Order: sequence, then structure tokens, then C-alpha cells
Amino acid sequence: MGKRSIIPYGPQHPVLPEPIHIDLVIEDERVIEAIPSVGFIHRGLESLVDKRDFNQMAYVAERTCGICSFQHGMGYCEAVEHIFGVDVPDRARYLRTIWAELGRMHSHLLWLGLLADGFGFENLFYQAWRVREKVLDMQEMTSGGRLIFSVNVIGGVIKDITDEQMQIILKTMDEVEEELKVLQKTFLEDYSVQSRLHGIGIITKEQAHDLGCAGPFARASGVKVDMRKRGYAAYGELDFEPIVSNAGDSYARCYCRMMEIYQSIDLIRQAIGKIPKDNTLATPVKGNPDGEYFMRVEQPRGEAVYYVKANGTPNLERMRIRTPTFANLPGLCEMLKNTELSDIGLLVLTIDPCISCTER
Amino acid sequence: MAETICPENILEEIPVDILLDKSLEKKKQGLRLSQACAAYVNDKYELSYSFANDETYELTTLRVVIDKDTVVPSITEIVPSAVFYENEMKELFGINIVMLSMDYEDRLYRIEQEAPMGPKKEEA
Repeated sequence: MGKRSIIPYGPQHPVLPEPIHIDLVIEDERVIEAIPSVGFIHRGLESLVDKRDFNQMAYVAERTCGICSFQHGMGYCEAVEHIFGVDVPDRARYLRTIWAELGRMHSHLLWLGLLADGFGFENLFYQAWRVREKVLDMQEMTSGGRLIFSVNVIGGVIKDITDEQMQIILKTMDEVEEELKVLQKTFLEDYSVQSRLHGIGIITKEQAHDLGCAGPFARASGVKVDMRKRGYAAYGELDFEPIVSNAGDSYARCYCRMMEIYQSIDLIRQAIGKIPKDNTLATPVKGNPDGEYFMRVEQPRGEAVYYVKANGTPNLERMRIRTPTFANLPGLCEMLKNTELSDIGLLVLTIDPCISCTER
Repeated sequence: MAETICPENILEEIPVDILLDKSLEKKKQGLRLSQACAAYVNDKYELSYSFANDETYELTTLRVVIDKDTVVPSITEIVPSAVFYENEMKELFGINIVMLSMDYEDRLYRIEQEAPMGPKKEEA
């Protein structure tokens, strides 16, 4: 047995966009145990229910994260809509689906860029983010914001996407798809990239289930779960199956996210093809919510849970957001065991950590 | 309307002394701990442990309502992934959770205020 020592990793580290600290117990160059610490950017957003009413909380929820902000707002609104028992207009459900999938695309492209940066392939990083820029342009064109849309309200949405804009989105989807095929060749077939990802950081299907892993992290280990199959927004009317891989390693996570971008393109095309012409965007709600609901949506990083408890007053009794990265932390600790110290930076990236989400 | 595959949420209210048994039962049924959280409502704590069936997309929540000074056994020995949820409940609400597999001792979020979402100071 070699000498054991503890190496502090983070909260400031070149591969980390956000702060997380991990104490790595190592023996020689091999990690024996990983103990994470968060809390560097805890904002206490959930406790704002005392000061903001349930309508304003939609905007607070959206500001939980700068990457998957739209889906935070949508998840919260859907939870409150369930309590009210309100039917969201069909067009609004489709609009939410289109924006949610644009958000997934830009999030996965952002991650692919960070991954390339993590294994030192700078050109690939630039290319992934160049393609992502096109998706951000679509978001800006349709909502006015590149990342924070502020279009969700209780009962629907407050902005529409015009027919002309939809044609531009479809044209851009064609372009992104073509460019993605080029990127895919490098991300999934290049020898150097494969050597950094194949067989590293394996989580089995049983481990992923027992440790409560979510999203592409779980699906890359063979867990076929995708909250979109629950049929919220317009997903119940679209044709898709969860992207799953059985290898459970870093390569499988890269594969799942890459394929999910294609899937998002397909879902956007389907949604634009089926979106109703009706111009009603929101159903007005009267009074205050009274009741509780657990809403689950599939964010880019996986299942997010929104718990809303209301008592008939404008201020909620409780609003709780369980983000996917929060659920993936136990899986991350398990994955880091028995890996080489030099792989840690890349492995932490492969769960696509979003710490500002996690700490709320 | 969208086809809803998921049935409504199922809520099971249980006393705290069978929390471990019920958690074990859910685990044996192959369910995954989807989330756990607390709320402080009407001078009582409400703890919610939600277990998800990933095949049917059903969500069953175990609800435990306890007084402020009740001791709650940790479910981390049965469901290891509960460790961060229970540390959060302990730190933000001041719930007395014991036997945690890894106790951050109220330093998970590094906040200065004690139990900011629990009872107000004069109440406590």
C-alpha cells in the first residue's frame, strides 16, 4: 500500500467554470476517495418566496441558472399550473417545447466545447462554440434574450414565434446539423479524443440507478429514463426515444450528448411542423394557488424537480428546486474512485456540472 | 392535450418511526430516490422523500410531519444518494437528522445564519 495523501481540487481550477471543491484522497497517483464541498455561491433563491409572490417567482426560478434558465422557468410554471388546474394553450405548449430544445442544444454544445478545452483540443472548442452561437442567435431572435428569455408566465408564455422566424429556425437547424456532422467525426471518431474518453470514469447501470444519477450521465450507463416521456409541454405529441448507451464511460457521455443535439433538431422540426395556428398564448389565472405539486422536467443535465407548496396566499409556503447536478454529485464521487489523478479534471466535466444551479 | 404518461403524484403520509422501513421497501421495489426536501409549515416540519419509478414515471412521496425537536434517522445507510438532501435539510431548516453517512455539520452551504429556512429565532 502506497502513502496516502489528500489533494485539494478546486474551487478555482482551469477546467471548472464554476466553483466546487473536492478533497481527493490519493494513494500514489490513484484516487481512493473523493469528498465534495459546495457552498461557495449559495444564494438562497428558494427563501425568496417570503418576499416575492408566485408570479414573480417564475422570474426568480428562471435566474437559477444562466444555461438552462428557460427550463427552470417552465418547470416552475408547470408546477403552479398543475396546482391551479389550468390548461396551457396548445400553441404555448409547443413554443415552450421549441425554446426548451434550443436551450438543450446550446447547453450540449457549450459542454462539448468545454470538454474539448478540457482535453486540450482548442480548435475543437472554438468550433463547438461557433456552432452554439447560431443557436444563441435563434434564442435572441425569438425571445430578445440570448440566455435569459423571461417568456414563461403562469398559464403560458408572453411571446410568440412568427412564421418567418420559424422558417429561419428551420434553415438554421439545417446548417447546425451539417456542421454537427463535421464536429461529430472528431468528437466520436478521432483517435486522440477516444484515447482520452474510452474506458475512463465508468459508472455501471446499477450504480447509476442506486446513486440517483440523472440525465445523460445516467443514460450513458444504460438507464433509459427521460422526463420528456412524461409528456409535459408538447412532448407527448412528438415522436422520440431516449438516447441510451451501455458503456457507462466518458465516451458514452459524449456520445449521448452529441446524439441528443440531433434529437433536439428533430424535435424542433416536429414541433414547428405541428404547432397550432391559434394565437392564444396564455390562459389567465385568477386568485392564488392552494395545494402542492412535484413537477419533473428533463433539463440538459437531466431530471429537475420543482416542488411548490401554496396556501392560497400570494406568497408560496415553499418552492424547492432539485437540480440535476445536485442528483449527480453522489455519482461523481463514485466515478472518481480508482481513477488516475491526471483524469480528474476531465472526469468532473463529464457530468456537465452546473454549480450555480446546484446551490441556488 | 398532451398525452400524459405519468399518473398524478402519489403522497403517502407516514410516521417518522417507519421512515427507514418504508425507504427500504421502496428501494426493494427498485425505485430511485428522486428528491428529498423539507418545509416548515405551521410550526411543524414536513419532510418529503420522493421515489421514482423510471419505467412507469410514477412518483411516490413519503411525507413525514414532525415537531421541531423530533429526532429523524438518516436514510443514507439504505439510500446513499440521500446524503446531500439530508445535509441540506439539517443545515437550512435545523432538523435533527442523525446517523448520516457523511455529516457536513452544517457546513454544506457555508452560510453564517443558523437554519435560515427553519423556525424564526424567537420561535426556536
